Amino acid sequence: MSRRTPRALVGGAPQETFTFRFDDREIPAAAGQTVAAALWGAGVLAWRTTRGTGEPRGVFCGIGQCFDCLVTVDGAPNRRACLVPARPGGLVTSQEGTGHDDLAV
Amino acid sequence: MTTSPSDPAEAAGLAIVGAGPAGLAAAVTAASLGLPVTLLDAGARPGGQYYRHPDPALGAERPHVLHHDWAAFAGREAELRAHERAGRIRHLPGRQVWSVTGSGTDWTVHSRTEDTAGEPVRARAVLLATGAYERQLPFPGWTLPGVVGAGGAQAMLKGGLVLPGRRVVVAGSGPLLLAVAASLAAAGARVPAVVEAAGYGPYARHTGTLLRNPAKLAEGALYGGALLRHRVRPLLRHAVVEAHGTGRVEAVTVARLDRDWRPVPGTGRRVPCDALAVGHGLVPELSLATALGCATRTAADGTVALVLTPGLRTSVPGIWSAGETGGVGGARLALVEGEIAALSVAGRPVPAGLARRRERLRAFADAMGAAHRPGPGWTGWLREETAVCRCEEVPAGRVREAVEELGATDARTVKLLTRAGMGWCQGRMCGPAVAALAGDGPAPDRRPLACPVRLGQLAELPAD
Repeated sequence: MSRRTPRALVGGAPQETFTFRFDDREIPAAAGQTVAAALWGAGVLAWRTTRGTGEPRGVFCGIGQCFDCLVTVDGAPNRRACLVPARPGGLVTSQEGTGHDDLAV
Repeated sequence: MTTSPSDPAEAAGLAIVGAGPAGLAAAVTAASLGLPVTLLDAGARPGGQYYRHPDPALGAERPHVLHHDWAAFAGREAELRAHERAGRIRHLPGRQVWSVTGSGTDWTVHSRTEDTAGEPVRARAVLLATGAYERQLPFPGWTLPGVVGAGGAQAMLKGGLVLPGRRVVVAGSGPLLLAVAASLAAAGARVPAVVEAAGYGPYARHTGTLLRNPAKLAEGALYGGALLRHRVRPLLRHAVVEAHGTGRVEAVTVARLDRDWRPVPGTGRRVPCDALAVGHGLVPELSLATALGCATRTAADGTVALVLTPGLRTSVPGIWSAGETGGVGGARLALVEGEIAALSVAGRPVPAGLARRRERLRAFADAMGAAHRPGPGWTGWLREETAVCRCEEVPAGRVREAVEELGATDARTVKLLTRAGMGWCQGRMCGPAVAALAGDGPAPDRRPLACPVRLGQLAELPAD
């Protein structure tokens, strides 16, 4: 039996595939995918820890409303992974707490 | 402030916020009536959440297979592009509108892109077509990775062609669950259960309304058929009362609910899964409208919606609204309302047939909304340590303490005492839950800024 996948369902192929760096691994991505979609595609569901209890979090609402999927992209903290496009050679870093450790007193 | 007639910001007659079904239908209708239109939308592509589709670079040959009634979107998108080329619509994608200021026939729409402040858009009339987001009710384990909104899972699939897991339980309440389960199954996920908190019994009281909406019935039958093909059986009057796992969801407990949505003790059983897609219908996104002072009402589904005239005017002169903001009713109703709103802004009469369609679809939406309105007993599945506010990590026990010991009687007081609703999402995820725990009805949104804005962007505003 051929395996059903989202890609098999909609057909076609992406214009370009590439990788970006997520912490210490390379994540494959397709042009037109968000950072969150590429991470899901690689089986990664969490890329942030909360500032209170340090719980892992990732996408929850998927539409930019809940801000649970915040992540550091190319050094900029608090970007919504569900909205930010994946970029070839980009650097995505798990975010701890507010993402502003540099401002801690 | 005076501006020359050639100022492009002055040219927009109608500013529309949101390019989902309502905003898109309104834009092409208004443009065809000769109104200059500026269409601002947070998305990169028109269609809103309902018609969310992959970026062209993803090269999907058949994006329509993930959609119901794709033709209704494709036709209007083609019209939008034609109007854009002719200079009748200025389409501004990637703009999050954070405030609308002004009065009467002089409005300014303030927006930002992900990185910069967008130039303010001036307009004589504003149509708010800001849609809705998902209603969430917390439960133990709902912050585990792999627990995602049902609409969120759908959005990630429609837009990014990805699934949260291989074995996905779909739970909550409302007709969206069937659509989500059907899409996930078609895309290759196993859906071991669709868990619906309501019974379909309440539908029986609205047989007439249902029969007057054959297209809606067909849509239901379509999803039902797709689910049968994938051997998915909806489980009625049940809820996911806990998600289990370490680092990510590994199983959920499904329990039977009584008539009031209280979990029946001893009925819980464990269902292994690697993701849970959960949601309890939609909540109108009213931040811009309520900041303007638009009057609200409580809709049949228990959410706060706008009070609108038959011509879709809000209570604030010069501000119109269409689609989910007037009460969650789905894409077909939003398309009809967008058209009606555009006619109304242009001062044209609304054809009787169009007005009747709106009434019929609204009646259907009210019947569905009442059937899936959360029962008061759902709070019975919370534990003291269950996070209610995800952003500020406020547990149910602290909210209850604010209510029972500190005397809070509404969500706003709970927020001031506990920080619940004070985080990044501004109470969008916890609002319905906090209101229920406070023993209060849902309150209208109070968000002076509809989305986070950088201080530097605020500083760029003109002094007046």
